Amino acid sequence: MSGNTQAGLVLGQEIGAEELAPAPVRRRAYGFSAGKWLLPVYCTLALAFLLVPIVYTIVFSFNDSVKTNIAWRGFTLDNWLNVCSEPGVCEAFGNSLLIGVTSTTIATVLGTMIALALVRYRFRFRAATNLLLFLPMATPEVVIGAGLAAQFLSAGIAKGLGTIIVAHAMFCLSFVVVTVKARVASLDPALEDAGRDLYGSSSQVFWRITFPLLLPGILAAALLSFSLSFDDFIITYFNSGSVNTFPTFIYTAATRGIPAEANVIASAVFLLAIAIVLIGQLSAQARRKRLAR
Amino acid sequence: MARGLFAESGADLELVGVRKEFPGFTAVEQLDLTIAAGTFFALLGPSGCGKTTTLRLVAGLEEPTAGRILIGGADVTDTKPFRRPVNTVFQSYALFPHMSVLENVAFGLRRRGIGDPLGKAHTALQLVELDHLAERKPAQLSGGQQQRVALARAVVNRPALLLLDEPLGALDLKLRRQMQLELKNIQTEVGLTFVHVTHDQEEAMTMADTVAVMNKGRIEQIGAPEELYELPRTSFVANFLGQSNLFAGEVVESGDATIGVQAAGRRILVPTERAQRRSGSVTVGVRPEKLLLLTEEPAATAGINVLGPGRVTDVSFSGVSTQYLVEVPGVGTIIVFAQNLVFGPVVERGAEVWVSWRVEHGFGLSDAPVSSIAQAHEALVGGAEA
Ligand SMILES: Nc1ncnc2c1ncn2[C@@H]1O[C@H](COP(=O)(O)OP(=O)(O)O)[C@@H](O)[C@H]1O
Ligand SMILES: [Mg+2]
Repeated sequence: MSGNTQAGLVLGQEIGAEELAPAPVRRRAYGFSAGKWLLPVYCTLALAFLLVPIVYTIVFSFNDSVKTNIAWRGFTLDNWLNVCSEPGVCEAFGNSLLIGVTSTTIATVLGTMIALALVRYRFRFRAATNLLLFLPMATPEVVIGAGLAAQFLSAGIAKGLGTIIVAHAMFCLSFVVVTVKARVASLDPALEDAGRDLYGSSSQVFWRITFPLLLPGILAAALLSFSLSFDDFIITYFNSGSVNTFPTFIYTAATRGIPAEANVIASAVFLLAIAIVLIGQLSAQARRKRLAR
Repeated sequence: MARGLFAESGADLELVGVRKEFPGFTAVEQLDLTIAAGTFFALLGPSGCGKTTTLRLVAGLEEPTAGRILIGGADVTDTKPFRRPVNTVFQSYALFPHMSVLENVAFGLRRRGIGDPLGKAHTALQLVELDHLAERKPAQLSGGQQQRVALARAVVNRPALLLLDEPLGALDLKLRRQMQLELKNIQTEVGLTFVHVTHDQEEAMTMADTVAVMNKGRIEQIGAPEELYELPRTSFVANFLGQSNLFAGEVVESGDATIGVQAAGRRILVPTERAQRRSGSVTVGVRPEKLLLLTEEPAATAGINVLGPGRVTDVSFSGVSTQYLVEVPGVGTIIVFAQNLVFGPVVERGAEVWVSWRVEHGFGLSDAPVSSIAQAHEALVGGAEA
């Protein structure tokens, strides 16, 4: 009986406290009104800071430039329509694409196999392999670039597309292994057992079960790898010889003035990437909706 | 090609001296076992006793360290899993998440190049009453539905041998009972050999023609459920399969019909043919429902064992029966199940009672006594083999 009364009292106090509460809470909200504005302003500034160079690049891809593309001289579509008229721009871009695709393919295939081996099997030097794969990520790029250049030199290999591809495949490999490894680790080994139990030979089990289930991870790794390769300047610069990639071309051109055609390609790559992300998001959303039905 | 092995009926399974060692751990000590074609065989044992490992050995997903495995008389020890006429319903179901239910079920048929895989898959899904969900992905099904898909995916291949690894473990009690009946029906319908692994003794006894009780990588006893229950040969079986009252004592008389065991100042008689050991110190036992609770000391009667007096320490009502715990000095706690033929308990807590049972209901074990509690404790802490 007394317990009940007590509970009632406590309850009453709580209700009372709640009724009293709104006033100080509201005052507190007023007191922090600066905070209410600070965050949006800060966010807007941060976004602007991030976006200004991109917007600048896109806007100046429409600049009717003559020698340099620094001052605004008027709107034109010429740069977009004749991208390849400026010598070197398209060649550098093509090289970057070729290097990106080739090194990504090499790194993704090798990296996926290494990731499978590292997760699934216990072998000698497994820990050492893990460590070695981590090294390229931890080492400064300048060191890798210079080191590779020295190796190519002492091995007497002429610098060119081949050396760039080898260098890129090397540092992309680490990122692929790390990405795919996480996916392999989350793959239930019972699924492959079930595949073998259901009359699947080793290759059938791999292609029909393991591979499709790893595919999202492999694709993510390939995209990461491609963007790393496409972006890379430091390692490429050390090992490119006379070959220009898009980043090295722009670096060299910057001393004279970057041609507007470079802005076109940069803008196009940016817009394409955004489009791919958007399409991916929208189709995922559509799929979710379909499943929810 | 092994296709000739895929029979329309079950095949028998024979394990000869099978042993499986993992680095630093022996999961299966020694298995010698023959399972007749077309039977529903249950492998019963506590968690970690090696049941899953045994199934994986039969399926070919693990290689035995020693011993041979024969299916339908053919030695398959060195045969790859995808060439064995065996299918497994995995403990975790292992449905392929990227395929529809229908494609999951058709997977095995497609791999073997069997005609009309989708039609046959639909038929198998009808068998488990899930055909209407054929286009769904496994993640969109409930646990019970996934379990049935896993069953359909295995049964559709008409394997000579179907291995089921605790397939009902994740289901709630009601669904489990229902699936037990369905499984049994399907087995009778398709006539395949089922090897069903479970740690649920009730499940094993209701479903199986033959039950093997496994403990620490060994089979303790094999037999029909009634036989295992009525005549357990080891204390592990006596306690794992239902409950038992076990008494340790010395054999003091050994006749053709009965042996007499001196325990707690009383002589307990056990039929000679129901005793595994007939001399020295032995353990004898009796099931709790075979005991009769008496409030007065009975007159000595031939063919009846009596213990007492003791005191009732606990009475718990469980619907059909009431469980009494009786503390008998020098013997320990005796469990008695009494049918609730009248309303309310027959005796109250603290009452002085005697327990009696017919001599032919007793059994004699082949090993030293282990109480239920000690056994449970050992299972928990993983105690060493005595
Ligand atoms: N691949 C493995 N490596 C090492 N030990 C294992 C492996 N698989 C199972 N075991 C051990 O073997 C014992 C039996 O396992 P299991 O057959 O899965 O038991 P159950 O299915 O009866 O619960 C367990 O103690 C388990 O830890
Ligand atoms: Mg298991």
